[in-house]
Amino acid sequence: MGRAYWQGFRAALPFVLVVAPFGLLFGVVATEAGLDIVQTMVMTVLVIAGASQFAAVQLLADHAPTFVAILTGLAVNMRMAMYSASLTPYLGKASLGKRALVAYLIVDQSYAVSVAEYAKSPKRPLPEKLAFFFGSVSPVAPLWYGFTYIGAVAGKAIPPEYALDFAVPITFIAIVAPSLRNLPQISAAFVSVAVALLLAWLPYNSGLMVAALLAMMTGAAVEKRLERRV
Amino acid sequence: MSDTSIWITIIALGIGTFLIRFSFLGLLGGRDLPDWLTRHLRYVPVAVLPGLVAPLVVWPAATGGSADLARTLAALTVLAIGALTRSVLGAIFGGLAVLYAVQYFA
Repeated sequence: MGRAYWQGFRAALPFVLVVAPFGLLFGVVATEAGLDIVQTMVMTVLVIAGASQFAAVQLLADHAPTFVAILTGLAVNMRMAMYSASLTPYLGKASLGKRALVAYLIVDQSYAVSVAEYAKSPKRPLPEKLAFFFGSVSPVAPLWYGFTYIGAVAGKAIPPEYALDFAVPITFIAIVAPSLRNLPQISAAFVSVAVALLLAWLPYNSGLMVAALLAMMTGAAVEKRLERRV
Repeated sequence: MSDTSIWITIIALGIGTFLIRFSFLGLLGGRDLPDWLTRHLRYVPVAVLPGLVAPLVVWPAATGGSADLARTLAALTVLAIGALTRSVLGAIFGGLAVLYAVQYFA
């Protein structure tokens, strides 16, 4: 058990390099946008999903209506329904309480290393699988909370020449760019950008919702077409 | 934005995100998602984030909404480094380097 925990811990250790600066940046951006430290920390602990937090805070700062900020944040997190589905065959037999705790701690990093481990050794007993999962999230979640706090406290001290307004676009592009490697993903991204710009005049940032839906349909349609050809 | 709207956003996003994570693991047991749904869900990040970012790059608020050389070049750098190297951190630092360099020299 202890061994499985530390295996998970080690597997997720490289992500420390990503999570720390990302948390710091969120702390800075959230306080810049007008959240106080308590609000920033409650959000970070309750949501633990960086991209959606950036998205929601950015929209609030742009004076988008509350429901648009919420829906956009949730849309960004919809990928976690897939994570949840793909963990279920391995962890579905755990107690309800443990499954709830696992669910709260599903983040990109813990999902990626755990599902890779489960696929490699599917025969490991359930307690070891759970220990591996909790191990994999241990270097990530506390660091995310801690660095958000440091960013939130230090944020006000950063002068405007550092153009931190642009930290959010840069971070989002950096998250998406590595997945732009095949035609369906590239077409989806292209439709998303084009429609969002064309419909930027729509009220309540609703252009983004339309853009996202059309982009998803584009990605799925291109993927299907490519499959049929093979 | 008001304090109330901030709190509502935080709590709704927190609860909603938990329910998304809990969905299959907690409620549906081992049942699989239908194919057409996973096919669409795969494209959620790439469908939402570029559309969110595009107006921020083309019409940045910090410059009063007019396009700006430093920000445009920085965005293109991030895109290129991220797509070619798959390194998220490398792309972020590369983009910031270009942003500051162009602002400093231009």
